[in-house]
Amino acid sequence: MNLSWIMPESVSTFGPALDNLYYIILVITGIVFVVTEVVLVYFMIKYRHKEGRKATYIEGSSKAEWIWTSATAVIVMALAIYSKGIWDTIRHPDMFPVDAYQLNVTAKQYEWNATYAGLDGQLGTSDDIQSRNQVHIPVDQPVIVNLQSEDVIHSFFLPDLRVKHDAVPGRVWPIWFEATQTGEFPLACAELCGLGHYRMGGTLIVHSKEDFDSWLSEMQIEAEDDE
Amino acid sequence: MSSDISMGDSHSEDHHDLGFIRTYIFSTDHKMIAKQFLVTSLLFLALGGMLAAMIRWQLGFPGQPLPFNLGAILPDTMAPGGIILPEFYNSLVTMHATFMVFFALMPLMAGVFGNLLIPLQIGADDMAFPRINMLSFWITPVAGAIMLASFFVEGGAAGAGWTSYAPLSTSGEWTGVYLGQILWLVSLIVLGFSSITGALNYVTTVIAMRAPGMTWFRVPLATWSLFITAWLLLLAIPILTGGLILLLLDQTIGTAFFRPEGSGEPLMWQHIFWFFGHPEVYILILPAMGFVSEVIANRSRKPVFGYHSMVVAIVAIAFLGWIVWGHHMFQSGMNPFLGMSFMATTVVIAVPSAIKTFNWIGTLWKGDIHFDTPLLHAVSFVALFVIGGLSGIFLASAPVDIYLHDTYFIVAHLHYVLVGGSLFGIFAGITFWYPKMFGRMMNETLGKLHWGVSFIAYNLAFFPMHNLGVQGMMRRIYDPNQYEFLQSLQSTNTFISKSVFVFVSVQVLFAINFFWSMRKGKKAGDNPWDSNGLEWACPSPPPHGNFAEIPIVHRGPYEYSYPGREQDFWPQNEAPVESFGASTKPEHEHGE
Repeated sequence: MNLSWIMPESVSTFGPALDNLYYIILVITGIVFVVTEVVLVYFMIKYRHKEGRKATYIEGSSKAEWIWTSATAVIVMALAIYSKGIWDTIRHPDMFPVDAYQLNVTAKQYEWNATYAGLDGQLGTSDDIQSRNQVHIPVDQPVIVNLQSEDVIHSFFLPDLRVKHDAVPGRVWPIWFEATQTGEFPLACAELCGLGHYRMGGTLIVHSKEDFDSWLSEMQIEAEDDE
Repeated sequence: MSSDISMGDSHSEDHHDLGFIRTYIFSTDHKMIAKQFLVTSLLFLALGGMLAAMIRWQLGFPGQPLPFNLGAILPDTMAPGGIILPEFYNSLVTMHATFMVFFALMPLMAGVFGNLLIPLQIGADDMAFPRINMLSFWITPVAGAIMLASFFVEGGAAGAGWTSYAPLSTSGEWTGVYLGQILWLVSLIVLGFSSITGALNYVTTVIAMRAPGMTWFRVPLATWSLFITAWLLLLAIPILTGGLILLLLDQTIGTAFFRPEGSGEPLMWQHIFWFFGHPEVYILILPAMGFVSEVIANRSRKPVFGYHSMVVAIVAIAFLGWIVWGHHMFQSGMNPFLGMSFMATTVVIAVPSAIKTFNWIGTLWKGDIHFDTPLLHAVSFVALFVIGGLSGIFLASAPVDIYLHDTYFIVAHLHYVLVGGSLFGIFAGITFWYPKMFGRMMNETLGKLHWGVSFIAYNLAFFPMHNLGVQGMMRRIYDPNQYEFLQSLQSTNTFISKSVFVFVSVQVLFAINFFWSMRKGKKAGDNPWDSNGLEWACPSPPPHGNFAEIPIVHRGPYEYSYPGREQDFWPQNEAPVESFGASTKPEHEHGE
């Protein structure tokens, strides 16, 4: 049984900020949860019907209403404002890194196809390199993935990097992230996309910079040879 | 005039005998229509529960043949050798939600209680348009039959999720489901007319047919919430119906509203769906909030704490419901600025939700709490709605939603709202108003046993789903073990499945109690809960036409334990006694 509320270790630059926000919400909601439920149970026990008990006629209290209305409003608005900062970091178009390594990921039932620039350094040319169900990226460098889909909506989910975005047919959606550790991490489809949805998994392979360059040039030479 | 027969005696001696068909089948009596809705929607609830059990079988025991030799009953296109196929799994997920949302919860809320309570609580003899009301019911079995039929056509039932995201839902090419998806669309289009006609009736009845003295702020909260829900239905269902028709055209005659080929826009479907879909969530919860307010006030023998703010909160939730749909689409491909504004509107919903929760707790405070089955369900609603509301804050925060979106955290959240909230609210409502419907009390021992096991099994089933979500497990996946990082969660999934089986099975107790009490339950009398509402001022069950004479309303519905009165309740229609001296209000703490 795994009943943990701890997030799995994050391996992206914005992961810790996102996790931190999650824990803040966890603590706040946790406190509200415990207090509310304890008071509820306490009242149930204290004011249970007994012989001779009479309820007190109370229609309400505008003071109490003001307190809990404004307290709730302040807390959730503060959370929203704090969330905005992190949301902007991840999604704001002006915050997209300029020096990012760019690749395309195209989803289709039920596979992920990653496309990298060939020797010409340009995506969308004849010498592009492809890898199926494997997305190779360098560590410690921002990456922009241009998400596309050939058929239905899929969702590009990298749990360890706290990345999730739908791939919508007919559109190209750029998303960015930066891995902070080398290794292999699961890539999953998070949007129901047909009968093979459950097995539309892949792997994100985060290389050291040198490894990535050598992997890339190996692939580039291979592609050259094929032509 | 109190009756001996339960289901039957809704027409009284002073009305001419309508005969069997006009009484039980094509009835225009709002109470009989409520009972018809009750029986059909409970059947659909049972079906939805069985589909859920099959989903949980696959997740708890992936790849193992279904128990009880179900494999012998199910065709090879669904479960060859009893092992559920991935395509059938998708149909199960889709149809479980479809039946639960559209054929169980919605009719239980609006169909049953809208019909039963609105005329009785406002002191009307029936709905404004009784025949339209009959039509509203009879559309439901037709739509249900179409939906059920889709299981038996080639390709099976719809499998694109209850949200039917385009373009997955636009062509059988993507799912292997052709006719099933079309039947799904047609069924929901047909069903929409049931909601629209019903809602039209509720709105008109509340506005036009309130008894003398029944001012807006003397209307009980159940009727308030049903009235606001009716507005949501009236405005939201046509949007869904419009979207469904466009999707049907994409499916059948090759238009491209939502298909990217031919410049359609898949995201447009999501906007239409959730613009309907979020008000829909409140359609499914607001009435339950009304029932819970009634039950808690009555069983605590206290006025509802902050009645006015409760009304304002209902209206506020309903209004906010229209401007938050984008939070379902944070990761769909949305302008990040738009994402921000949807986050702001979404978190604001916490405010009226908190008002309601704290007011329920305030109602219990210094009360004289009677632990009858309706109260246990109502308090469970509060306890579980708190969890569903708080988990919503995680998802409202757009960055946290990046991680939690489309995981089991969402499944936990929505089931805390729609089962912990709506369903427990419905149980509170049914057990509270059962005596009014059938003239007899439900069995308390069976009722408490059903509540206790349900409450425990429910939490054991759904609470750990939060943890699955935090560990990253996606929803709607046939076999999580396909992913190495999810394999360690199998024992949790098995535990959840077993708890779901207990939760589903124990509902048999409710069914037994429901039917047994109809014949054998203790006679209820007109007002078994010592309640104030007008519905308790007429016989149980009320005759055709409800009230011998139209009641006159003298006060609000929650005058419990009024100081200086012998009785701890004060019916709304009881004429004030001048010499009694209590017709003017004494000093008390209140906030108006």
